[in-house]
Amino acid sequence: MIVTQQTMGAMEIAGLTVRIGNRVLCENLSVSIPPGEIVTLMGPSGSGKSTILSHICGTLDRQFEVSGAIRLAGMDLAALRPEDRKLGILFQEALLFPHLSVWENLAFGLPSGISRKERRHRVEAALADAELDGLADRDPATLSGGQKARAALMRTLLAEPRALLLDEPFSRLDAALRDKIRQFVFDHARKARLPTLLVTHDIADAQSAGGPIVEVEVAGQASQQS
Amino acid sequence: MTFLPAAPWVTLAVFLLPVLAGLAGAVLPAFGYLPALDGTDASLDPWRRLLDYPGFAGSLWMSLWTGFAATMISFALAIGFAAAWRGTRVFRSLQRLIAPLLSVPHAAVALGMLFLLAPSGWLLRAGSPWATGFVRPPDWATAPDPYGIVFILALVVKETPFLFLMTVAALNQVREREIVTTARTLGYGPATAWLKCVLPLVYPQLRLPVYAVLAFSLSVIDVALVLAPATNPPLGVLILRWFNDPDLGYQFVAAAGAVTQLAVVAAGIVVWWGVERLVGAMGRRWASAGDRAVLDRPVAVFSLAGTGVLWFLGAGSLLGMAVWSMARQWRFPDTLPSEWSLMNWMRRGETLIGLGGTTVTVGLISAGIALVLAVACLEHEKRDGLKPTARALWLLYIPLLVPQVAFLFGAQVLLVTAGIDGGWTALIWAHLLFVLPYVFLSLSDPFRSLDERYRTTALCLGLRPSAVFRRVTLPLLLRPILVAFAVGFAVSVSQYLPTVFAGGGRLETLTTEAVSLAGGGDRRLIGMLVFAQSVLPFVAFLLAAALPAWAFRNRAGLRGLT
Repeated sequence: MIVTQQTMGAMEIAGLTVRIGNRVLCENLSVSIPPGEIVTLMGPSGSGKSTILSHICGTLDRQFEVSGAIRLAGMDLAALRPEDRKLGILFQEALLFPHLSVWENLAFGLPSGISRKERRHRVEAALADAELDGLADRDPATLSGGQKARAALMRTLLAEPRALLLDEPFSRLDAALRDKIRQFVFDHARKARLPTLLVTHDIADAQSAGGPIVEVEVAGQASQQS
Repeated sequence: MTFLPAAPWVTLAVFLLPVLAGLAGAVLPAFGYLPALDGTDASLDPWRRLLDYPGFAGSLWMSLWTGFAATMISFALAIGFAAAWRGTRVFRSLQRLIAPLLSVPHAAVALGMLFLLAPSGWLLRAGSPWATGFVRPPDWATAPDPYGIVFILALVVKETPFLFLMTVAALNQVREREIVTTARTLGYGPATAWLKCVLPLVYPQLRLPVYAVLAFSLSVIDVALVLAPATNPPLGVLILRWFNDPDLGYQFVAAAGAVTQLAVVAAGIVVWWGVERLVGAMGRRWASAGDRAVLDRPVAVFSLAGTGVLWFLGAGSLLGMAVWSMARQWRFPDTLPSEWSLMNWMRRGETLIGLGGTTVTVGLISAGIALVLAVACLEHEKRDGLKPTARALWLLYIPLLVPQVAFLFGAQVLLVTAGIDGGWTALIWAHLLFVLPYVFLSLSDPFRSLDERYRTTALCLGLRPSAVFRRVTLPLLLRPILVAFAVGFAVSVSQYLPTVFAGGGRLETLTTEAVSLAGGGDRRLIGMLVFAQSVLPFVAFLLAAALPAWAFRNRAGLRGLT
């Protein structure tokens, strides 16, 4: 395993309310995710699921009014900048940087202060773990969808996150691939004992995650239509 | 419209042929061939005289130093600011503040800075005598200074906004927000994330603008005439001096100098390209080396301080000139004139109206022709389903990459041969060379990104292509078309060298007159000229914004549409 085994703490969402104007995107949401568990946030598109993830990351636009707390291993994240929160996130697209090779993309995730030789070594190990052996020097654009998704996960894990956020990362994959990648991601999340929050509108994702499911309703329908 | 298929060719002919002919007209005399002056034998004599000219080497170094310094500082500021401040309120306000600087002619900024930073300038007046103790201007060489520092600053004030806005435009084509968010969740500071992940994606689109800035800075003349040191001025100034020398034998030296200038720019671009490759390779190593935020603070502080200073220099210069134009009495060290009056404006009214008239006429006609050509090319491209290529973009940039002095010299020979030098035709054509690329660049994006389905819908409704163009395309694109026209007008107003060469001293504009007065020190008159010169493009942009807003005042759907 490439992730250093440190004691992981739970991620807690406590009484989270997100508002924009008089539109309520999420009201008094409380979830606790112990290490190694995957909690699914289910809801149709437009229900503000991704907004919640943005808020957890710390990249939410200031127009939103937010109350409630996000804690990781007991520490409040509010005061931390996005880059200091140690959260890994996977989006719908793999977002591998197109100007870097596959191995450089993964090395991007590694902490600094590791020699180039050692970096290469660790990346090779991670690639092998993801069944991407021999693709180190490839242009990421030449990878298949499933390969990109796995490479993106490895890049995230190499940064040694303390929690994992999944923003519908499987929705763009072919149906045949989806289940395989899903298992791959979930297995790694559990093995690394990461508290994981999955956001999706696909019930198959939620069932496959095997953890608690929290339903988010379509927010503020009646109050405002713009 | 039978004109359409010919449009790209006419356009190319308008600016490529003259550039090529002009270059030939500089290269041949450089090797001794200029029949009009009895030069019929090939010889290296012009080059010997060039190399022996006292101060030639110094000028060459001055060109290289100032050109590279100005380009590097402008690029670093534009990129650093985008990296550190993108997405913040600071960024949005600067974007609004800096745009007007773009339309101000180079010469106006140069003159403004001369009277801001000179020993008797506004800056020292504001600080004297309470802070400095001076009751008369000190004997300093601040503007111009012997090292070309103020000259570099003036270029930076003008080029940073250009590169900054080009960067913003390029950013719209990459998924910047998601890329930066991904990098930040991996632990990277925002500026470091931007430099490592976004810059490599936008740089290909910035390359030509950066080369254009480099070419311009290495060969600029009007700014140099005002702000560069008189001993060892940049090469362009020497060439102009030789060109105007009453001893016609210097024409050959001028030609050799023009060819040297061309070589300097070509070599400069090659060097930049090489460094770009090197930095790119190093950057890739750096990107995968894991440093998270080492550069964040320095980049944020340096870029904010730098852009702040240049904005104050730019705004202070222009404001200073406006104050001078209304000063009746303004003794050193008073911070403001002790007596104000509009007398200057009335007394010089006739001169100003004459110069302004020429400026506006040339600007309107050249921008108008450029607009017709650009629209015709783009419409032709659309109807024939042609795809623009990267190579076509290079063609368009040629007049911006080839130093003006290198081909205007040769073009002048052509004009004289054709007997149209010093006339309106020659002047308008010379302006058109530089106006056309900018008009085309500013119009091509909105034109190409107009939703194809509007056209298709109209065609399916039975309209002929010309009617579709008139009744659908033109109204939808009214705003960008007027903006492109304003851009062209602003470019024309700022032209110095083409006016000097093609106007032959008979036709003067606000810009040429202001630059030629720079040494004289009639600050009131220069103030008026600079003020008028800066206001004209501004009015053009104002009208370009106001007309569509009025025409479509009841069309909410067209407000956001560009």
